[in-house]
Amino acid sequence: MTNLVIDGLRRTYGATVAVDRVDLEVAQGELVALLGPSGCGKTTTLRMVAGFVQPTAGRVLIGGTDVTQAPPYGRDTAMVFQGYALFPHMTVAENVGFGLEMRKIARPERETRITEALRLVRLDGYAERRISQLSGGQQQRVALARALVVNPGVFLLDEPLSNLDARLRAEVRVEIRALQQRLGLTTLFVTHDQEEALTMADRLVVMDRGRVRQIGSPEELYERPADIFVASFLGRCNILSGVLEAPGSFRAGGLLLPSAGERPRGPAALAVRPERIDIRPDGGCLPGRLTMVTYLGGMTEFHLETPAGPVLVTKPTPAQGDPLRALVAGDTVHLDWHNSFGRLLGIEPEGDLP
Amino acid sequence: MAKARTFLWRGGVGAVFTVVLLPMLAVMYLSFFDQEVVSFPPDGYTLRWYVNAWEQREFSRGFVNSLQLAVVATVIGVTLGTAAAYALVRARLPARGFVNTLLMGPLAVPGVVLGTALYVMFVQIDDAIDFQIVATLPGLIAAHVLLTVPWTVRLVAASLAGLHPAAEEAAADLGARPWTVFRRVTLPMMRSGVVAGALFSFIQSFENLELTLLLVGPGRSTLPVAMLNYLEFRVDPTLAAVATVQIVMIGALMLITDRFVNLSRVVS
Repeated sequence: MTNLVIDGLRRTYGATVAVDRVDLEVAQGELVALLGPSGCGKTTTLRMVAGFVQPTAGRVLIGGTDVTQAPPYGRDTAMVFQGYALFPHMTVAENVGFGLEMRKIARPERETRITEALRLVRLDGYAERRISQLSGGQQQRVALARALVVNPGVFLLDEPLSNLDARLRAEVRVEIRALQQRLGLTTLFVTHDQEEALTMADRLVVMDRGRVRQIGSPEELYERPADIFVASFLGRCNILSGVLEAPGSFRAGGLLLPSAGERPRGPAALAVRPERIDIRPDGGCLPGRLTMVTYLGGMTEFHLETPAGPVLVTKPTPAQGDPLRALVAGDTVHLDWHNSFGRLLGIEPEGDLP
Repeated sequence: MAKARTFLWRGGVGAVFTVVLLPMLAVMYLSFFDQEVVSFPPDGYTLRWYVNAWEQREFSRGFVNSLQLAVVATVIGVTLGTAAAYALVRARLPARGFVNTLLMGPLAVPGVVLGTALYVMFVQIDDAIDFQIVATLPGLIAAHVLLTVPWTVRLVAASLAGLHPAAEEAAADLGARPWTVFRRVTLPMMRSGVVAGALFSFIQSFENLELTLLLVGPGRSTLPVAMLNYLEFRVDPTLAAVATVQIVMIGALMLITDRFVNLSRVVS
């Protein structure tokens, strides 16, 4: 049983607070992604877990043991670095075997495990290659094997896919997830790519300016974002600002819009996902004028100007003959959505953190 | 137009190479002249100056002295210089710029000035604590270490600066203690810088004249000092012969080194 507990972690650099009051528990075998824009503190958090950065306050526990003061080599973690950080002067096998050697594992067992790890990442037969002879994707897999082979208590990944091209990225994403689940590794994953986080993680931690904004499953965060930062960071979202006049009556641009959720009266924001909005010829709650129609193959995007502000609607590309298909920029339509898809959130001025 | 430019470019490069190489080639050519006072065209060609050089006991003794001195000064200088370069690049030292300038200092001070200053200092130490450094081998080695340190610091720091510390972090993360990280990851990655530093240090020390002249003890002449002494009494192509042997030796050393590490990568 190896779980990871992060307790009240904080790190300051002079007057700058890089990470503040981060609490998180990663269960055995769980993959948790730290997600956020650059500078949000996700990498600093990961580096504090690995031991490269000393926290200003707070604790890190691995398998119940407090390792806050332990050096990197004294922690049961293995990390896959953003640039892979392979040892250029060693062969593939020497790279993969390094952690085993440091753990004083005898040569015969070491060799078995190296072979096994290389097979796991589908690099059998590459053991004697030099790092410079490998492609980016292969180097990435060596970095994975090097970390996996030591069977770490906590597996750390620092934007491991950012140096790969889009196609390879999608492929490796699935591979990493499959390996992680098969080996039951407790994993902390840092990424700024929300698609990566949504597809791979059991739970997501959305961070902003050093703080945790929300923790939850991909579905929870997408369907029930806690604030407008999470709503707009994860996927695309229409944020309409207005006033909540009475429970159930949210007014924006002079119109009452369908909404759900409890909030105190006063200024509020309404978050509506673009795919939840229907386009009708008339009779909807919000009239709008099309400014642009973008054909994306399987999906089509409709950009509209409405009294409540600009609105984006995405629909599976309508079939020939569908009246939606005929819409062009300049047309006037009506928008509507079910109450439950209009999520009421607080309006936060820039810079204010809960 | 493009052709003319290519021609000019090649001509320019050729001219530079000629200016650099001509003195060396001239020395090598002179060493075969069959006359005591060099004049052109030569009366004929001979190998007798090489034989003469070989027979001069001062030269062979000087060669051995220079070799010993250069090897010891290089080993000490490269060890210290590598450590210093590592600290300069990786540790966040408070007075980084100052320390760097201090270590580079010996390159900026003329050898004669440095030699005089060291001589005066050694004499002062001698007077103060009655411990002789002037004209001893340790004193001379210490002075030569001053020549080897800046070269090593320069070259090792340059090779280190291009290396991302992530590989060292990865090693630590996999369970390597700091010394193991240095030995297994950092040192091999900066190998070419260390080798280049050692090579340049060796050459600097081996052919140093000004500093050595002021600090060398009687009967311990290095090869350059022995050559200067010879020049006081005779001017014949023997010195050209000795110089030719040196040029060939150092050239060979560079070529061999280049086979193991890519020197141009570090030096440029």
